[in-house]
Amino acid sequence: MNASSIHPAGQGGALQEIVRRCEALYEDLHFESVKRWKAAAPGRKAIGYMPVYVPCEIIHAAGMLPVGILGGGDQLEVIQGDAYYQSYICRIPRSTLELGLTGRLDCLDGMLFPSICDVIRNLSGMWQMMFKDKYVKYVDVPQNYRDDVGGDFYIHEMQVLREDLGALAGRPITDEALRASIAVYNENRRAVRELYAYRAAKPWQAPTSEVYLVLRAGMVLPPEEHTALVRAYIAAADALERPKRDNARVVVTGSFCEQPPLGLIKSIEMAGCYVVDDDYMLVLRWLLDDVPVTGEPLAELSKAFLHRSASTASKYDDKREDKGKFLLQQVKKSGAEGVIFAAASFCDPALLERPMLLDVLSAHKIPHTNFKYAENTGQMAPIREQTGTFADSIKLWSAA
Amino acid sequence: MSTPIQMMPPAAPKKPPAPVQKEDAMWLQKEMINRNYHELGVAHDQGRKICATFVPGNLNELVMCFDMARSLPETNALQNGMRKKSGKFIMDAERDGHSEDVCTYVKSDLGMLLNGAIGPTGEPLPAPDLLLLSYTGCFTFMKWFELVRQKYGCETVMLHVPYQGDGRVSKAMRDYVLKQITREVIPALERVSGVKFDIDRLRQYMRESVKAEEDLVRVLQSAKNRPSPIDGYFGAVYYIGPMFTAFRGAPEATQFYSVLRQEIDERVRQGKGPITPDGELTEEKYRLVVEGPPNWTSFRDFWKMFYDEGAVVVASTYAKVGGVYDFGFRHDPDHPLESLAEYCLGCYTNLNFPQRVDMICRYIEDYQADGLLINSIKSCNSFSAGQLLILREVEKRTGKPAAFVESDLVDPRYFSAANIKNRLESYLQMIKQKRAAAAVH
Ligand code: SF4
Ligand code: SF4
Repeated sequence: MNASSIHPAGQGGALQEIVRRCEALYEDLHFESVKRWKAAAPGRKAIGYMPVYVPCEIIHAAGMLPVGILGGGDQLEVIQGDAYYQSYICRIPRSTLELGLTGRLDCLDGMLFPSICDVIRNLSGMWQMMFKDKYVKYVDVPQNYRDDVGGDFYIHEMQVLREDLGALAGRPITDEALRASIAVYNENRRAVRELYAYRAAKPWQAPTSEVYLVLRAGMVLPPEEHTALVRAYIAAADALERPKRDNARVVVTGSFCEQPPLGLIKSIEMAGCYVVDDDYMLVLRWLLDDVPVTGEPLAELSKAFLHRSASTASKYDDKREDKGKFLLQQVKKSGAEGVIFAAASFCDPALLERPMLLDVLSAHKIPHTNFKYAENTGQMAPIREQTGTFADSIKLWSAA
Repeated sequence: MSTPIQMMPPAAPKKPPAPVQKEDAMWLQKEMINRNYHELGVAHDQGRKICATFVPGNLNELVMCFDMARSLPETNALQNGMRKKSGKFIMDAERDGHSEDVCTYVKSDLGMLLNGAIGPTGEPLPAPDLLLLSYTGCFTFMKWFELVRQKYGCETVMLHVPYQGDGRVSKAMRDYVLKQITREVIPALERVSGVKFDIDRLRQYMRESVKAEEDLVRVLQSAKNRPSPIDGYFGAVYYIGPMFTAFRGAPEATQFYSVLRQEIDERVRQGKGPITPDGELTEEKYRLVVEGPPNWTSFRDFWKMFYDEGAVVVASTYAKVGGVYDFGFRHDPDHPLESLAEYCLGCYTNLNFPQRVDMICRYIEDYQADGLLINSIKSCNSFSAGQLLILREVEKRTGKPAAFVESDLVDPRYFSAANIKNRLESYLQMIKQKRAAAAVH
């Protein structure tokens, strides 16, 4: 797409407009875009889901809008949600409850809670008790990667979801609809891969503060629209020359669930880092290549999950040698010079994973640093200082 | 059939001279646990392999079929906690790069390994030959064994037990667990131990399990009596020990539960209260249900706060982490593998929230409890995340008051005796006032 066709003001304007639109979606904690989508045709339904992965194809094939819920960020004052959690539990469940209790999620007809950690697992039952009129499902995924063991189980889990959503939609989800949705998501994943590849190649052209917003838009927009948006962003970003800095190229990892505030994402860049890969919103990139649109759709989704999906802390590594492999590939593929391990405070999976990943990085002589954040972290100075020192040390190290 | 754990001597065990009072069965179980540590210490010298596995969803009868010694890392951590060793281990693990935010069982275990892997009884704890990762009711288990594997290269086999998200066990869930047991776990146990699987041996162990389970349930349910002859939380810790760890299915566990049951039956007949470390509790003033694991580093102080006030715990969810036997589950020698799958799926922390609330409400009613106390454990998201909703919901449904205290399992830094004592005392005061108000009406 020609970037100038997006905005009459020209290339910079097009880019600005896309970023502004994404920013508005990001800031909209009342999910007005979801409401608008629902209102556009009678009977439309929307289903929320939490990190780290659900097979959105099934929701889409039911004619519904999948909506990624990533907590309240730093813009939401959490009052009621705090009353449900002790101080030593991460922020995302409380802000998500706050969204629910303040009616902001009323536009959702159901919520899916994926198997990621005990907090979200327990939240699934809390949601069942607190929002009795909504469809609520804990989505289990296999930790056994054999087709005849974990695969059979996962296909069954997806089949249950398919039947439930079919019942909610008032019509069964056909294989044909599933295949069509798989094709839509293949295209979306392709576009997101293009965006990541573009950023890795020219990080100065596509700053992560923007890329992040473009990805976040994928949490609320229909996938078709999001695919177009991602491609429009790449075109608009490419059309506008930006200054190239001598920044350190880093992979950010550990942020797969509770999200850092945008200010923190910006701070990492301002401190002299180009983020060339990350694990924000892994759901958009979970399946690593195209899912075949021929064959039995759930079996294909299962195979993709079992054999060709991303790694993260909530997923078992079958073999010791597998630990850190995915991260090492991210580093290699994106040409990163170091890794920032940024985990939400009290995030069990990320923080238990951390020593293992850092060991692997050390063994491969890849520089790394780590810190914790909360979605409402306000103090950026220490993080900026730490990442700045890290970036400087990488530069010094590579110059030596 | 070779039972890896020897039978108990028929004579009653000798009590070491100590000021602490315990039932005979409590001494028995202590001996069993100590002997298990000794067996682990000498296992390799005797040519036996060691299997490490977690308490919830442990496949003890199955592992025994392969003549393997069994190590339970949570038990190691709690024993180290009770022996005041865990604090240093945790800090050592933190110095080694483990976050202050994560489960202290994991850090206590890793810290123990860092300190030369000397077990709680002072005997060496050799590296396990197999990590049987029974992923039941807690995500941390998975990371825990990944961490141990990463450092020590032990062979690991995963048994993923799906969560009861919908509050029930489906056929697909059962099949999934069963397939993992037959296609992954048994072959791994055979390979590591060099022993061929014999299903009849498994059946035989399960026959023992059933007898022990019957007796355990009888003991736990004795708390329905007034006064309760047992403490269903602090005391129950001793009662569940053999069943939840390396002994379920062994004849000595059956014998333990038989002795215990006789003791408790006798206490019921005599109308006696529970034995506490300071002697028998003679006046039962409050009957409580407790949710959440205990604190181990100050276990006795914590218990004392209760019995000093005449408060008895009549039922606890913690006593169900290694199996919810009191709601009917029994291992089934006629369908041994299927019943292992069923067992794993049914452990307390694998239940969803509505099920947990139902269970607590049922306890309050069945055991005529005055209310619910939640001991919220910093380490344990599996138990703790959402407990404040449990508290509200139970209060709403039962009309009984509930209270909340916070501590940790084995990290002494998170046990504030004064805070907990204050909370407990004002809670008991509240129960008293409620009672008085009810009497006036
Ligand atoms: S931030 Fe971590 S602990 Fe919290 S809900 Fe997400 S995965 Fe779970
Ligand atoms: S998080 Fe809880 S259940 Fe899991 S290992 Fe720690 S104490 Fe045990």
